Amino acid sequence: MHADPDVPAIDPARIKVIVATDCGSTTTKAIMIEEVDGVYRQTFRGEAPTTVEEPFADVTVGVVNSVTELQELSGRRLIADDGTIIRRSSTDAADGCDIYISTSSAGGGLQMMVAGVVREMTAASAKRAALGAGAIVMDVIASNDRRRPHEQIQRIRELRPDMVLLSGGTDGGNSTQVVQLAELVAPAKPRPRFGSAYQLPIIFAGNAAAREEIERVFTAQDDATGGFDLSIVENLRPTLEQENLGPARDCIHDVFLEHVMAHAPGYDKLIEWTNAPIMPTPGAVGDILQTIARTQGINAVGVDIGGATTDVFSVFDGTFNRTVSANLGMSYSISNVCAEAGMDDVLRWVHLDMEERELRNRVKNKMIRPTTIPQSGEALVFEQAVAREALRLAYQQHKEFATTLKGVQQQRTVGDVFSQEVGGSSIVDGMTLDLLVASGGVLSHAPRMQQTAMMLIDAFEPEGFTTLAKDSIFMMPHLGVLSSVHEKAAMEVFERDCLVILGTCVAAKGQGKPGKPCFSYRITGGATADGALAFGDLAMVPLAMGETADVEVTPARGFDLGNGPGKPVTRNVRGGAAGIILDARGRALQLPEDPMERRQAVTRVVESSGMYDDLELAPNGA
Amino acid sequence: MAKAYTPGLKVSARTTHRTRRLLPIPGEVKVAVGDVVAANDVVAETFMDGDITPMNMANRLSCSAGDVAGLMLKQIGEPVKEGEPIARSKGIFGAFKTEVAADADGTLEQVSSVTGQVMIRGAAIPVQVRAYLSGTVVEVLPKEGCIIENDVMFVQGIFGIGGETEGVIQVACGGHEETLDADAITADMKDAVILGGARMTAAALRKAIEVGAAAVVSGGLDDQDLKELLGRDLGVAITGSETIGITVIVTEGFGDIAMAARTWRLLADRAGRVASVNGATQIRAGVMRPEILVPLETGENENEVDPTLAREAGLLELGTTVRVIRDPYFGLLGEVSALPAEPAVLGSGSRARVLEVRFPGGDTAVVPRANVELIEG
Repeated sequence: MHADPDVPAIDPARIKVIVATDCGSTTTKAIMIEEVDGVYRQTFRGEAPTTVEEPFADVTVGVVNSVTELQELSGRRLIADDGTIIRRSSTDAADGCDIYISTSSAGGGLQMMVAGVVREMTAASAKRAALGAGAIVMDVIASNDRRRPHEQIQRIRELRPDMVLLSGGTDGGNSTQVVQLAELVAPAKPRPRFGSAYQLPIIFAGNAAAREEIERVFTAQDDATGGFDLSIVENLRPTLEQENLGPARDCIHDVFLEHVMAHAPGYDKLIEWTNAPIMPTPGAVGDILQTIARTQGINAVGVDIGGATTDVFSVFDGTFNRTVSANLGMSYSISNVCAEAGMDDVLRWVHLDMEERELRNRVKNKMIRPTTIPQSGEALVFEQAVAREALRLAYQQHKEFATTLKGVQQQRTVGDVFSQEVGGSSIVDGMTLDLLVASGGVLSHAPRMQQTAMMLIDAFEPEGFTTLAKDSIFMMPHLGVLSSVHEKAAMEVFERDCLVILGTCVAAKGQGKPGKPCFSYRITGGATADGALAFGDLAMVPLAMGETADVEVTPARGFDLGNGPGKPVTRNVRGGAAGIILDARGRALQLPEDPMERRQAVTRVVESSGMYDDLELAPNGA
Repeated sequence: MAKAYTPGLKVSARTTHRTRRLLPIPGEVKVAVGDVVAANDVVAETFMDGDITPMNMANRLSCSAGDVAGLMLKQIGEPVKEGEPIARSKGIFGAFKTEVAADADGTLEQVSSVTGQVMIRGAAIPVQVRAYLSGTVVEVLPKEGCIIENDVMFVQGIFGIGGETEGVIQVACGGHEETLDADAITADMKDAVILGGARMTAAALRKAIEVGAAAVVSGGLDDQDLKELLGRDLGVAITGSETIGITVIVTEGFGDIAMAARTWRLLADRAGRVASVNGATQIRAGVMRPEILVPLETGENENEVDPTLAREAGLLELGTTVRVIRDPYFGLLGEVSALPAEPAVLGSGSRARVLEVRFPGGDTAVVPRANVELIEG
């Protein structure tokens, strides 16, 4: 069993200066948070290349470099002569910080294999535990996953996970099947990523009655070829009606620190430097989103679209879910997005003429030279079209995964169990979504915030009233780990410095005929406007960042804006660079089938949103 | 911001190259420091545990899991043959006994009294590592493998498919700007490393596979042709394990693009020589590019000026030759004619650090620094 790492107690009242780093695959990002006039603010930011790989092979070199940048910008000495991060002895001291914390996704993050007896039940619960902890789930092995035992064994042998989570059976129930599963995993001897001397950690979170047998199975294989390091935690599915993901998730974090991190170059030092356990980056993002949802009483969705993967996080009615779409991204995986969505689906968002053969080559060239950036207007329009599809596919996967059975310690009735067997219904509900937060290059660095807002709306199709925001400098990981030691500081920085509000989307759910009435609106307060929108229309009403307005909408028959079909709604909304976006294109969002009509519809949206105003066309239409 | 551009690929006329040849699991290293090895020599070998075949014996014998061990005709550790009886039920009053035969050849490894499962471990699978590059063993990593060194001409491609191979270089195109088509591939190119020019067509690649060529190296490739060749759309650039019967290396990129003149000339000058070629590409953290290695004789290519040296030093200055690696000027070569310090607004509306390139015809264009790579003159 793994004990909690030995972390010194921290008195939140004494914390005035915080240094936090996120060690990503390519860059290490450091931020400084200080208490200014009684309020915590993010004050400085530094960045340096991550140094996990040769020639440095020591993550702390990148950490010191990024913190040195903070030191230079702030004028506060943070790095001691011995190269460590200075901690202040008293709050009056001019140098150093009060706490230093970090997250990490360097070296490919945490990669796990998950096994459970029934795919839809214990295996699904185990997958949720692993994803919630911030892992990439390489495969899910289940007794009923339609693969024959030798195919499962072959698959296990091919994978090189950092650890395996094994679950199955309710407490006191039949233990045969879960032991059978262990008997497949153990002789297959999955090889860990970190070489042959490393004992592969196995976390067993299944039927308590099977523990003795599980121990026997894994110790029997504990021979000269490496063996296993077995941890046993509470069953993540103690009864059919109860899911208990906490202990498994905590154990994953502990094993991540003690085994995976300890084998990564320089992490032994970094673990000693930090005042709180190092968290996998996505796990920290999930934590801050849950904290926001809980403290503000809202439903929230967060998305982080990277070069290789897209993470989606959601909290609906207190239930947290996270999915990783491993091959949906904007550089390394851009070709996969086009292959999965199909070029026709990508090009439906484009209002300009583009030639498919040429585009296919461009996509591949971006894949093989991932650091290039769109130069021409057309390249930007195309890249943002690809982003819409990557986000749409990732969100679709998330909705399919986040079903009624998900969540920590969730109690359900037996009736839910039966409905779950047929797949369960998604708990992700566009109408009850309050806040949608974007991060990742293509969303954060879009030249205009209207473009970010429209990519989010087209991909996520929010319904009713939804605040759209972006993470200013990808600070959510830092704040996630901070929330575990100082929730107040994390929340204050999140509201003041992390979130950049893009605006509010007001969208009607329902379908209609183009040109027929969809909803009317009256806006008062920070902005004044009124009018009516026909089905298929989209309008933007400017409302500056920091301002609010009351929006009263009256849907036509058959359309819903939150109070039910045809019923008026009034809400106070937040402004931003994109203002108030009134979307009467209907939900689910369906673009016209006919290419000419579709082009006209997309062009109308481009014009009314102003997202590509003054776009410069490249020579030769390239 | 000194490196706000993409480093170019390595194209070196002569360099001392070391290659690490490692087993996936510990084993026996068959060479010693100082040994001279040929590309095909086995330098290390080991055996991986054989495949496991599980058999649900309790079900097959219609008995409880706890009874299985007592009904086994073979004991743990004994070898078994496929079809050979390995367990027999007690039957009813000694009659109607059921025999169960082994599903596979191997050794009986496990009989579970909890689940009634029996595991047969197949014969150990030999794993051999070949030298790949002919040269001298300069270091032995006990139980892991070795490091081989040689002076080579080294050309890195941008993208490849297929794994390690070797063959004699044969030139199929008259120059670096010539498209490689099927009619340039002839039967005598069997086992050869074929040097194309600009884009290679799908027909040319099919013909190369047909004649049994080892590899094709050319400037460009159409994505549509790659899809046709692989039978699927390639999603991510992690390659090397394809089994299409040939190794393919693209030196410049996708589309109609000529091989860099110097790369072509270096390879064409070595026609008739043996090259070690690997198409494996991995564009993620820890990037791996495809490569062509031609072992050299003493003194060969020694006077060739290596422009990659400037590249290694990270020099981006007026007059440096660069290639634009993103549309709208993708593939064009030019000289840096201005290096403004301040970021500029691009046609896309983004702000980025830029440089001005003068193309051979005298036209100039402003492009983001991220969208050029350094290249030889």
